[in-house]
Amino acid sequence: MVAKASPENVAATVATAPAAEAVPRTLAEKVWQDHVVVPGNGAGDAQTPDLLYIDLHIMHEVTSPQAFEGLRLAGRTVRRPDLTIATEDHNTPTLEIDQPIADPVSAKQIQTLRDNAQEFGIRLHSLGDAEQGIVHVVGPQLGLTQPGMTVVCGDSHTSTHGAFGALAFGIGTSEVEHVLATQSLPLKPFKTMAITVEGTLREGVTAKDIILAVIAKIGTGGGQGYVLEYRGSAIRALSMDARMTICNMSIEAGARAGMVAPDETTFEYIKGRPHAPQGEDWDAAVEYWSSLPTDEGAAFDAEVFLDADELEPFVTWGTNPGQGVSLSDTVPVPEHFDDPNARAAAERALEYMDLTAGMPMKDIRVDTVFLGSCTNSRLEDLRTAAAIIEGRTKDENVRMIVVPGSARVRLEAEAEGLDRVFKDFGAEWRFAGCSMCLGMNPDQLAPGERCASTSNRNFEGRQGKGGRTHLVSPVVAAATAIRGTLSSPSDLAASESELQEA
Amino acid sequence: MEPFITHTGIGVPLKQSNVDTDQIIPAVYLKRITRTGFEDALFAGWRKDPEFILNREPYSAGSVLVAGPDFGTGSSREHAVWALKDFGFKVVLSARFADIFRGNSGKQGLLAAEVDQQDIELIWKELENHPGTQVTVDLEGRTVTCGSFSTGFQVDDYTRWRLREGLDDIGLTLRTEQEITDFEASRPAYKPATLPARTA
Repeated sequence: MVAKASPENVAATVATAPAAEAVPRTLAEKVWQDHVVVPGNGAGDAQTPDLLYIDLHIMHEVTSPQAFEGLRLAGRTVRRPDLTIATEDHNTPTLEIDQPIADPVSAKQIQTLRDNAQEFGIRLHSLGDAEQGIVHVVGPQLGLTQPGMTVVCGDSHTSTHGAFGALAFGIGTSEVEHVLATQSLPLKPFKTMAITVEGTLREGVTAKDIILAVIAKIGTGGGQGYVLEYRGSAIRALSMDARMTICNMSIEAGARAGMVAPDETTFEYIKGRPHAPQGEDWDAAVEYWSSLPTDEGAAFDAEVFLDADELEPFVTWGTNPGQGVSLSDTVPVPEHFDDPNARAAAERALEYMDLTAGMPMKDIRVDTVFLGSCTNSRLEDLRTAAAIIEGRTKDENVRMIVVPGSARVRLEAEAEGLDRVFKDFGAEWRFAGCSMCLGMNPDQLAPGERCASTSNRNFEGRQGKGGRTHLVSPVVAAATAIRGTLSSPSDLAASESELQEA
Repeated sequence: MEPFITHTGIGVPLKQSNVDTDQIIPAVYLKRITRTGFEDALFAGWRKDPEFILNREPYSAGSVLVAGPDFGTGSSREHAVWALKDFGFKVVLSARFADIFRGNSGKQGLLAAEVDQQDIELIWKELENHPGTQVTVDLEGRTVTCGSFSTGFQVDDYTRWRLREGLDDIGLTLRTEQEITDFEASRPAYKPATLPARTA
């Protein structure tokens, strides 16, 4: 992002704030520059990384054990336990959570996190705790994710937190250990890409459709080396829950991070949450946050435009998130791809997915509908899905699993009676966690089972060995559970009026 | 970390694009709490097929993986790098790597070297026509040699320096601990802390 500015300029910008206003900067550049502890040297390929300070480090049980092991072996401690928080999410069961975890390997990984948190003094929200849940749902709902912060986690979907105007990205286990020991990370500057979405979304078209369309447009490698900034009237109109859905899947376009400039919607969301600034701190924070949006005239390294008016519900047909089409479209014909790699990937995907080129997407019958994951398991996701299924009947051959993103979301949903709506419909109302997004717990697809999933990855075997995944929005998931085939809410209205006429 | 100067070993053509980390190591293997012993987990799904390249001699003894573009996409799991290393790979060649995977590789001494796709295809051809061909990767000169074919590869200078020196990142950063302490003193009061814990 500061690719065009030399590290010397970065240091100068940080040191002399007033002069900084002369050069228009992007949101990402501002956050980056405000966290440079030691600037790198040189330029281009020879450039050494900047050392960046990390404001918030979130952890879960999967990518942390080997990092703690490394600390222990080197005789190091956690520098800032007070900027670190952990939850259990990937391995946790979503049924009978008061029972011991049946899988001994999962149980051991969870116990290892508990032991490590105890030994190093780290706050942990364990299974059964009201704040337990998916890391990327828990941070924002506690008010710990705020604009202008650097947020990291040993999890690629850390990009979720960028919805607040934070610079948030996934890191590997070695980096987890590095942050634990130093509260900083050596990082090479990223380039910036503006993704501008103008217009108004049609009824039944959501944030999930925006991001799936973006990924199909730029490809799974299109964002590589970039921080994406989502802009434009369609993004501004979105709630925080919806912005998180979009930023969450930035990684699926190959980008390290995705961001949305903070605005009144952001401030409104944070205000009053447990870790929100209070009193004078709140005023100072809002003043700083308000200075973060990209300056007029700031240059991005790349720009992409999307017309929100034209968007339709978007779904995937293949085995990477870039293999998506409009729901009203047909399964692509591999021979129509010019790029031989894309053609080969499409052929392989159709075979794995057991689909015929040219068949309408809406003819695809599913076995399972999964509503959950760090992409779409927040209260708004549950509400919009519940609004569609309420008073309607589930297709008898479809099983639907609803997994709230956190124990808190579950409680809030129950306070609104959403659990009743799902249960009356015949869906399973589960406890919080990552669940069937990646099937590290017992929630997995069987070989050959086909799933309409609100999660983020349709890789081979992602939801269970041999399982077939179609990525969809919560409203498409709900409509699909009713009709048994990939469907949008507008298909329901159409088929119901047909019934009435008959 | 052991210094990396040059490496010679059997090349393995993996003729696929978008090899994501869920394929390199499926999630079920992420439940372990150690850093080693992941060799059985590498490409576990694909290795069930006896025809899969790593199940065939002499590729099963390979140490230079030659893959299609966009290698290592998806999940941030560093286990992907551990599994490749534990199996015996020292180098992965691809036209394009996912950012997190490339970063993880550099930290673990696995060289992720960027080679143009047309050159990758020439190397694939050589490795298929002459199975067991040795590939030499010279980090000093940034060249890769396979049979009579030779070409350059890209790796950034900083990663190259650390690989050659075998340097540990944390040790390097701790040399600037005073700067970190100074930076911490300048952080605004409104920045949140996780402790003491506050809940709704």
